[in-house]
Amino acid sequence: MLEIRDLRSRYGRIEVLHGITLNVQSGEIVTVVGANGAGKTTLLRCISGIQPVSAGGIIFRGETITTVPAYRRIRRGITQSPEGRQIFTNLTVEENLRLGAFLFSDDRVDRDMEDAFQMFPILREKRNLPAGGLSGGQQQMLAIARALMGRPSCLLLDEPSMGLAPLLVQQIFDVVSGLKARNVTVLLVEQNAFGALKIADRGYVMETGRITMDGPAEALIADPRIREAYLGI
Amino acid sequence: MSELLQFLFSGLTVGAVYALVALGFTIIYNASDVVNFAQGEFVMLGGMLTVSAYAAGLPLPLAALIAIVVTAGIGVALNKLAIEPARGAPVVSLIIITIGASIFLRGAAQVLFGKQIHRFPSFSGDTPLRIGGATILPQSLWVMAGGIAVFIALYLFFTRTLTGKAVLATSNNRLAAQLVGINTNWVMTLSFALSAAIGALAGVLITPITNTSYDVGIALALKGFAAAMLGGMGNPKGALVGGILLGIIEALTAGYLSSQYKDAAAFVIILLVLFFLPQGLFGARHTERV
Ligand SMILES: Nc1ncnc2c1ncn2[C@@H]1O[C@H](COP(=O)(O)OP(=O)(O)OP(=O)(O)O)[C@@H](O)[C@H]1O
Ligand SMILES: [Mg+2]
Repeated sequence: MLEIRDLRSRYGRIEVLHGITLNVQSGEIVTVVGANGAGKTTLLRCISGIQPVSAGGIIFRGETITTVPAYRRIRRGITQSPEGRQIFTNLTVEENLRLGAFLFSDDRVDRDMEDAFQMFPILREKRNLPAGGLSGGQQQMLAIARALMGRPSCLLLDEPSMGLAPLLVQQIFDVVSGLKARNVTVLLVEQNAFGALKIADRGYVMETGRITMDGPAEALIADPRIREAYLGI
Repeated sequence: MSELLQFLFSGLTVGAVYALVALGFTIIYNASDVVNFAQGEFVMLGGMLTVSAYAAGLPLPLAALIAIVVTAGIGVALNKLAIEPARGAPVVSLIIITIGASIFLRGAAQVLFGKQIHRFPSFSGDTPLRIGGATILPQSLWVMAGGIAVFIALYLFFTRTLTGKAVLATSNNRLAAQLVGINTNWVMTLSFALSAAIGALAGVLITPITNTSYDVGIALALKGFAAAMLGGMGNPKGALVGGILLGIIEALTAGYLSSQYKDAAAFVIILLVLFFLPQGLFGARHTERV
């Protein structure tokens, strides 16, 4: 479904992705784990089109989208819940969700919003309040729900568990694994490697802008190098 | 008492114009954090282009419409040619670009329209209406109605339409706006078109009262800026209230002190606001970015 070929990207003169190659098959949950500053966020920014690509390509459902502007990639089915949530703090929860479906104005918008409220009941309670007043966990739920409002076939999640209490982390990971049933393919970026690998089908390990390992999630969890470097076991 | 009422009428009239200029500032500021100092030139262009189209023999309403549309086009051109290519530059640089654009537009207007003072007739004649012992020009009512109509239209646009919310979303978080599929460059273009059209409308409405010339924009931009600051930059309600307050303060200063001090009122207000009320009356949209 999604194929990244030898992707390079830079901030100014400093290259931070040195040729990333990975793929995500339809229906999979694939995770990219790696330490601070490895380039995971940059990779997702490239896929969403908000970060310039200096070489290589991004192929989505057989079409090269490397130069397609960000706002057109949503319609093709790629949405993202970005690092740091990036919700619209001055708008209400409901307005945030509505904007998630900015490209759509059919009946499905209301149904999807109802789905979002079922998935995260707290958002229904707070639907008319400014999103800036939500707690970190609630903002994370809102960011994920907003990304789902865009009707993704491929959802990019950037550190959805960051800064959350353990109970919430579990709830978020449960939601992510539940996306399979909705035919949403997931590319999940996490520092919480253990949690991510537990719900993923396959994983990639990223270190300073390169993929250093990849394989089925169970194999990675069992790998002694991973256990030492990322799982702290 | 009738004297006070008279001052209030004239204050409300200019205040409505300041409010329109301030609303223009607000829209662009909200979409981009840029204070567009060419906003006054939009007002000048609205008046001047109406003068030209009217002189060419078009009926006044059509002349005014053309002036507003052309000014909106100039606003779009300003964004496309000067602001968009500099995207990513610090906001200060963008503000300096708008100052440059205002100088350019003023110069072009001087060449095109000359230095003399221009006017066109009032919409509904010049017979003053008597209200409570004071008089008011019918055109003043047009100006006030225009100010209120624009405010209500903007209010509905920002609170009731998805496009309006997309503008608010872009101003709040440009990155997230792109991620939900909003074409943020288009939002900028729309904001400049709207601001320019509102400025031009102000010019169309006020010219029969104040006349116009190529250089009326500077003072209007400063007054509108003071009004926007007073109300709280970025807040449409603040723009409206700030504009009307500033107009009334000016009229009272001119009436009870001396018309020589009238312009000083705006600058005293800018200074007082900066010292004591940096967020303005209605506060900035001070929402934390987590
Ligand atoms: N806006 C920026 N300008 C310059 N350098 C940047 C910028 N954003 C990130 N970098 C650098 O790019 C590298 C990759 O950063 P990135 O945010 O993609 O890493 P990450 O894997 O997402 O890290 P984290 O786990 O902390 O989120 C880092 O060395 C970082 O310092
Ligand atoms: Mg990151």
